[in-house]
Amino acid sequence: MKEALENLEREALSEIGKAADKDEFLAIRTRYLGRKGLLTGLLRKLKEVPPDERPLLGELSNRIKERIAGAIDAALEEREARSRTERLRQDALDVTLPGRTVQFGTLHPVTQTTAEICSIFAKLGFSAVEGPEVELDYYNFEALNIPKDHPARDMQDTFYIAGDTVLRTHTSPVQVRTMEQQRPPVRILSPGKVYRPDSDVSHTPMFHQVEGLMVDRDVTFADLKGVLQYFLHYMFGADRPLRFRPSFFPFTEPSAEVDIQCVMCGGRGCRVCGHSGWIEILGCGMVDPAVYSNVQYDPEEFSGFAFGLGVERIAMLTLGISDIRLFFENDRRFLAQF
Amino acid sequence: MLVSLKWLRDYVDCSLPPEEIAEKLTMAGLEVESVSPAGPDFSGVVVARIESVTPHPNADRLSLCEVTTGDEVYRVVCGAPNIGAGDVVPLAKVGAVIPGGYTIRHSTIRGEASDGMLCSEEELGIGDDTTGIMQLDHSLPLGEDLQRALDLEDVVLDVAITPNRPDCLSMLGIAREVALLTGADLRYPDSSCDETGDDIHGTTSVEIQSPRLCPRYTARLIRNVHVGPSPSWMRVRLEAVGLRSINNVVDVTNFIMMEYGQPLHAFDFSFLEEGRIVVRGASEGEEFQSLDEKMHILAKDTLMICDGVKPVAIAGIMGGLNSEVRDETDAILLESAYFNPTSIRKASRTMGMSTDAAFRFERGVDPGGVIPALNRAAKLMAELSGGSVAKGHIDEYPRKIAPPETITLRIKKAEEILGLSLDASSIQQILRHLEMTVRDEGDGILRVTPPTFRGDVTREIDLIEEIARIEGYEKIPVTLPPLAPPSAEDDDHDEQVDSVINNVLTGLGYMEVIHYSFTSPESSRLLGFPEDHESWRFVTIENPLTEDTSVMRTNLVYGLLGAMRRNMNAGNNDLKFFEAGKIFIRTETGELPRETKRIAGLLTGARFERSWRFQETPADFFDMKGCLETLFGALGIEEARFETDPAVSFLHPGRSAAVLLGNNRAGVIGEVHPDVLTRMDLPQTAFVFELNRDALINAASPRRRFQEIPRFPAVARDVAFLIDRNITADQLCLPCIDAGEELLESVHVFDVYSGTSVPKGMKSLALRFTYRSPSKTLADSDVSDVHRRIVDKIIKASGAKVRGID
Repeated sequence: MKEALENLEREALSEIGKAADKDEFLAIRTRYLGRKGLLTGLLRKLKEVPPDERPLLGELSNRIKERIAGAIDAALEEREARSRTERLRQDALDVTLPGRTVQFGTLHPVTQTTAEICSIFAKLGFSAVEGPEVELDYYNFEALNIPKDHPARDMQDTFYIAGDTVLRTHTSPVQVRTMEQQRPPVRILSPGKVYRPDSDVSHTPMFHQVEGLMVDRDVTFADLKGVLQYFLHYMFGADRPLRFRPSFFPFTEPSAEVDIQCVMCGGRGCRVCGHSGWIEILGCGMVDPAVYSNVQYDPEEFSGFAFGLGVERIAMLTLGISDIRLFFENDRRFLAQF
Repeated sequence: MLVSLKWLRDYVDCSLPPEEIAEKLTMAGLEVESVSPAGPDFSGVVVARIESVTPHPNADRLSLCEVTTGDEVYRVVCGAPNIGAGDVVPLAKVGAVIPGGYTIRHSTIRGEASDGMLCSEEELGIGDDTTGIMQLDHSLPLGEDLQRALDLEDVVLDVAITPNRPDCLSMLGIAREVALLTGADLRYPDSSCDETGDDIHGTTSVEIQSPRLCPRYTARLIRNVHVGPSPSWMRVRLEAVGLRSINNVVDVTNFIMMEYGQPLHAFDFSFLEEGRIVVRGASEGEEFQSLDEKMHILAKDTLMICDGVKPVAIAGIMGGLNSEVRDETDAILLESAYFNPTSIRKASRTMGMSTDAAFRFERGVDPGGVIPALNRAAKLMAELSGGSVAKGHIDEYPRKIAPPETITLRIKKAEEILGLSLDASSIQQILRHLEMTVRDEGDGILRVTPPTFRGDVTREIDLIEEIARIEGYEKIPVTLPPLAPPSAEDDDHDEQVDSVINNVLTGLGYMEVIHYSFTSPESSRLLGFPEDHESWRFVTIENPLTEDTSVMRTNLVYGLLGAMRRNMNAGNNDLKFFEAGKIFIRTETGELPRETKRIAGLLTGARFERSWRFQETPADFFDMKGCLETLFGALGIEEARFETDPAVSFLHPGRSAAVLLGNNRAGVIGEVHPDVLTRMDLPQTAFVFELNRDALINAASPRRRFQEIPRFPAVARDVAFLIDRNITADQLCLPCIDAGEELLESVHVFDVYSGTSVPKGMKSLALRFTYRSPSKTLADSDVSDVHRRIVDKIIKASGAKVRGID
């Protein structure tokens, strides 16, 4: 009996090993373990065995039953796993095909640079103010201490509109308009378009400026240096050497031009910096008392500074653009780069 | 202004390298834009010694010379009589270039080889001696480059002089700064002059009829001049600073102008009718021919220098052909004057003549320099031309030029402005070096009188600037002003709206463009605006660069269409552009035009770029409209409507809409009119919008409020309506929005169909109605009544038929 049971197990396991598909496994299960299966048949003969052997054989047959059933389950599971793997393999994609992208648009480099400049000064409490682009001669020139028929007018060629109006040559008129409306303290930026009749690789008849003005009690030239150094180090790197050198603007005194060490050659001298190692980046100075008198500020009570910089010039340096006219040709291949 | 360092050293001993001088000037406010080598115009000429001289076998006047440069011996054929063995001479070797651009080559002269050329002073442009080969000092090293050996090399600085510093438009002015910055001594040239012969007052006179325009006119008479070429030292100096040498009289006037900054003029005295000078305004229409041979019709009151009868010079600008110094000129009337800067500037601009003289007069010459310049010029002129200076000088000075006023300088104020502590004694030293008179009043107060040549220094702040400039800006500390955040009341709504617009449009793939604000007056015709449209109310530029940029733009679409054409020409066919900027409309009242910010967009070409997943589909009206709807959504604008508007001249009449935000017309959207495409030579259609930024700002509410998430499910009902094809979706839906049914949450179009199963002239619009209650799950029966009421209303209002109800 015991031998018969063991033979049955061997045969069953051998058949399982040879079985090819799910149906065969099920047939094997039925044949050996079914209600009319071979194992059940053998167990019927248990009655013929002496009673003291019965428990042992019963236990053996249960174990054999479990083992056969387990082997069938395991084989089925393995088959299933294999076919799942095969299915997934069939579903494989060419992952190197391009994805479905959404083409992002871009902000114009002038807009991006203006925003960057304004955000740096915003950290120091400067907020942006706007003003008209077609401006009265008074605000563009006279209130800024540039009288008619003064040689200082040569510093800024001008587009004239009928009457006493011009296209603003700088955004400084916004400063005057602001001071007319507001008592100190004043900390403003005036970003925007300005116009001068000039057209070549480094000049366009329209360009963008950001100008700043701060007026308060006890504002010094040292503060002007601090604010501009903060800005320039933020923009061009904290270790970028810079220098303030005396200059002249009718609306500031003392006036300065600020140079940074050339970003192209690191000060060794190249074509971009005219072999001087320095690049002129902005103009600035302490607000001239003559300007205060036009807006009824008392220069004995208040002092302040103003500065102005060209956005395109800064964008050209930070982005490596050598022809300013590209900004306004609006070629998609240019715009898409920023 | 060009500054020759060689010339400069006539007045100041400065041995610093040119780059250091340039650096010092730059850091004192006189920006040196370039430092370039200059000198006589030759190269390749070296110091050589003649070893032997033998007669040329085939020519009586020539000789054969063996010359050595120390290392090598050259054989040179020479025609000069003044040479002998042992002479040290300039040798232009083969390959040398001598003035006039001549290159020395190997040659054979009358059968004898010559490897170079021995040169005279004149041939090298360094002297006037033409009689023979230049004899050099025997101590000069053989083989040395001649320019170096004789120290002929010069360096020219190009200095940018700001409009406030006319005193630096002269060698002396620059020398003064160099002396101050380097601590070297400044030497003024000798301006005394020997006088002989009859007194000038017996010979000529000056009458000033316009003292306001000509406060001072001085003159001298130089007799018996012999006009000829200037000596080389003068020619070299003038040429180094970019002036052309003319003759020994005219050159002196230019030389003194460059030296002192005082423009002078020399008249041929014999051409002055009545032998006298009258300074007066021109009569209307008077004719005058200037030295450059141009004819001028003079405007009334143009200040003229005249003789007893006619004009002989445009005051302060240019002399006349009729009194020009010629070879035969015998007597010179030399003018040194002070003219009103503003009037010179006006005249020079009106006449379009910007001369070196006008440039200086309009910035203001030194009132104290008029006489020294006159004297020195007279002396030099007499010396160079062999003439003699008549006794005395004329000094008509009808209107006293105010002497510089004394300024009070508070050292404390200077410290407050600069943020720098100052030392009273070093301030005084700086000011005295600047030739200012300083009186120390004690208590940190100085009384300062500037010199006459510093007309720009009139106020305390001007002195503070001088102190800062000379102390050096680098000495001023770097500090930050105290923290001062902008007021919390400041409203940044506008900035937020701008930033949402930028984010949404770039997120949707639009690229921002920026065009010039000026455009062509043709733009309004090309866009087809009717005559009375405000787009024709151009703000016109009086001096445009080109006709195409002669007016300010009145819309943004024109610029976008231009960008489309240029990009398509470059092969960029699929474009999504937007621009935010101002338009300008001339107003009938007030001086300034109306400036309005606009936002415009353009879409053309494919909706998606073609890929392995997508067919290329052309973009259409609804892509552009969807872009605006997305934008309005992001801005929190709920009441946005698009209303058919066939009246926009540049848009397809059946495919254009007015954009309404609430009750305000915010702009337009549509497909570009085919006629506009044709006129602007655009090869494919495009969709555009243009909106008023202010309308967006007013309608936007980017700050949101939370709304409770619905707790009960919605019930949807779909209905397809059969309607006349001219009825719009909005017209169909309007009745149910008006119905005010509380349970109706939304209604939207989910299908539009006008195929074969729909009768001609009709279309099918399928709507999905969504119902929801905030307080319970709706049963079928809750919805049915409401839904029927709504559908009935729609049918009644539009005459629609229902195709099917689900």
